[in-house]
Amino acid sequence: MTMRLAADRVLVYGSAILLALWVLVPLYLIAIAAFSPQNAIYEYPKRLVPTELSAETMQFFLNSRGVLPSVVNSLIVAAITIVLGLGLGAPAGYALARFRFGGRDAFAVLILATKMFPIAILSIPLAVTFLQLGLYDSLAAVALVHTAMALPFIILVTSGVFVSVSQELEEAAQTLGCSRWTAFLRVALPLALPGLAAAAIFTFVISWNETFAATILTLRTRTLPAQVLTSLDQSPLYFKFAGGLFMVAPAILFIFFMRKYLLNLWGGR
Amino acid sequence: MSGITIAGVTKAYGKTPALRDVSLNIADGEFMVLLGPSGCGKTTLLRCIAGLEQVNAGKVLIGERDVTTLPPRDRDIAMVFQSYAVFPHMTVAQNIGFGLKMHRRPADEIARRVGEGAELLGLSPFLDRYPGQLSGGQRQRVAVARALVMDATVLLMDEPLSNLDALLRLQARADLKRLHGEVKRTTIYVTHDQVEAMSMGDRIAVMRDGVIVQCDAPMSIYDRPATQFVGGFIGSPPMNFLRGTMSGGTFQGDGFQIPATAAVREGPVVLGVRAEHLTIAAEGVPAMVQVVEPLGSHALITALVGKTTVKVQAPVDTPVRPNEQVRLAVDGARVRWMDDASGAAIDAPA
Repeated sequence: MTMRLAADRVLVYGSAILLALWVLVPLYLIAIAAFSPQNAIYEYPKRLVPTELSAETMQFFLNSRGVLPSVVNSLIVAAITIVLGLGLGAPAGYALARFRFGGRDAFAVLILATKMFPIAILSIPLAVTFLQLGLYDSLAAVALVHTAMALPFIILVTSGVFVSVSQELEEAAQTLGCSRWTAFLRVALPLALPGLAAAAIFTFVISWNETFAATILTLRTRTLPAQVLTSLDQSPLYFKFAGGLFMVAPAILFIFFMRKYLLNLWGGR
Repeated sequence: MSGITIAGVTKAYGKTPALRDVSLNIADGEFMVLLGPSGCGKTTLLRCIAGLEQVNAGKVLIGERDVTTLPPRDRDIAMVFQSYAVFPHMTVAQNIGFGLKMHRRPADEIARRVGEGAELLGLSPFLDRYPGQLSGGQRQRVAVARALVMDATVLLMDEPLSNLDALLRLQARADLKRLHGEVKRTTIYVTHDQVEAMSMGDRIAVMRDGVIVQCDAPMSIYDRPATQFVGGFIGSPPMNFLRGTMSGGTFQGDGFQIPATAAVREGPVVLGVRAEHLTIAAEGVPAMVQVVEPLGSHALITALVGKTTVKVQAPVDTPVRPNEQVRLAVDGARVRWMDDASGAAIDAPA
């Protein structure tokens, strides 16, 4: 019995370690490359422990032309995407979770079906439309497309979040003096917050990483991935490593920060 | 005065009717139990009174006030939910005081009334805890306290004990009955447990398929069920039913005949009789004993009359064994005659 338990533990932890290494080793190698002097990248054999740490490579990347403005652009686009996406998606998710309306199932399937449209096919008509609307090469255009891309995900996740908040809680609040709206604000929203935060993080990551639409729809107002992509073939190797680390970093930081929030929120449960 | 009047309430979900022209009057301070099997409409009726469902037709009056179209918060009701619906992100004190806060009572009044409510339900030591740190029974008491401190005219309870284990349920049942005695609030209590209904209600409204089949005091319903369904639903064991034909003052069934005790019409009828009103005797309906269960205070005997199974409550020392042929005397004063086709009682004036 104890033998089996021990074997189970070895298996579980062994798999967990393998999975973690799968992600961590490349990240680690990218991180050393990004924080080593520029020429260290061409050394062979590679050292697993860096002999000399330096911010020189990272500085080179950040000071390259167009990088900092594109970081700002990326942040603006992600912020607009989160606001628009949650503003439109969370109410839709709430409706899916709470109300039985005609065509509800068809609606749920339709949301998923929009995911089947490859952005590559949509990009030309989109570019034409945005040109006609005068939105081409603007952050608003990119944010709109990112919102459209993130919406199915946001709707399905938030509907799951609201399903997990018992409807009886909102009804109880209503019998205690709340309107439907205040019952939502006072009871459902605080309980849904960790889930909504998770949806927001994921939306951020979708927008921050999205390259294709951002590249097609802009010329000068580039987001970071679009900027890095267009200069990729002319850049030195160390630029790519620094750029890679920089683009991964916010996602990692965000998830570390939110993970704590997610686990601690209703501590004791 | 703040009784409740339900007049001709009809409610359907799509094409499925949940309540069909239900009318009920509940007196001020009365403890009314809505009893019935699942799907009978009892919870729907409660939710219509609470304002959580809109009725399709009919009226709901609380006191003299027509509340039919009002939202829950304007109805002067408080409700205890089956799941308790205690807010997990608030402490016990915040939970109990939530309603008062929503009604913008001053902070010192909230604190005082939360203290009183917690005291009444033995929750004073837990005021700063979160619901996640409480047992099921404690959470249930938080839900009751939260409803009570509202001082609402009407208290609605939707199976508040069904999620408690058996021992706790006994305790909580007595506690709720005591509380009602102390606060004298008009209460509507939904349950599918006939023992709960019998022990707590001033009156019981037995529901089935969206209508109230019978509404009366517990013992009246027990003694004089209006239909076969009520007789079978109330009481443990359920009422025994023997089918037969009445002709010339004699009730003739499968392998037995007994003289009619009241003026009952001729033709096919059903005899309803409680287990405690059957006795093993020298004369009477022949029956074959199948099982004898000694239950301490009495023995429960299962026997076959013709092809019908009947339950007999007998003294523990009754000397019968399985497969023994016995005769069952029927207490003629305590039987209930019913129509064979509709199941409705044939009422000799009670």
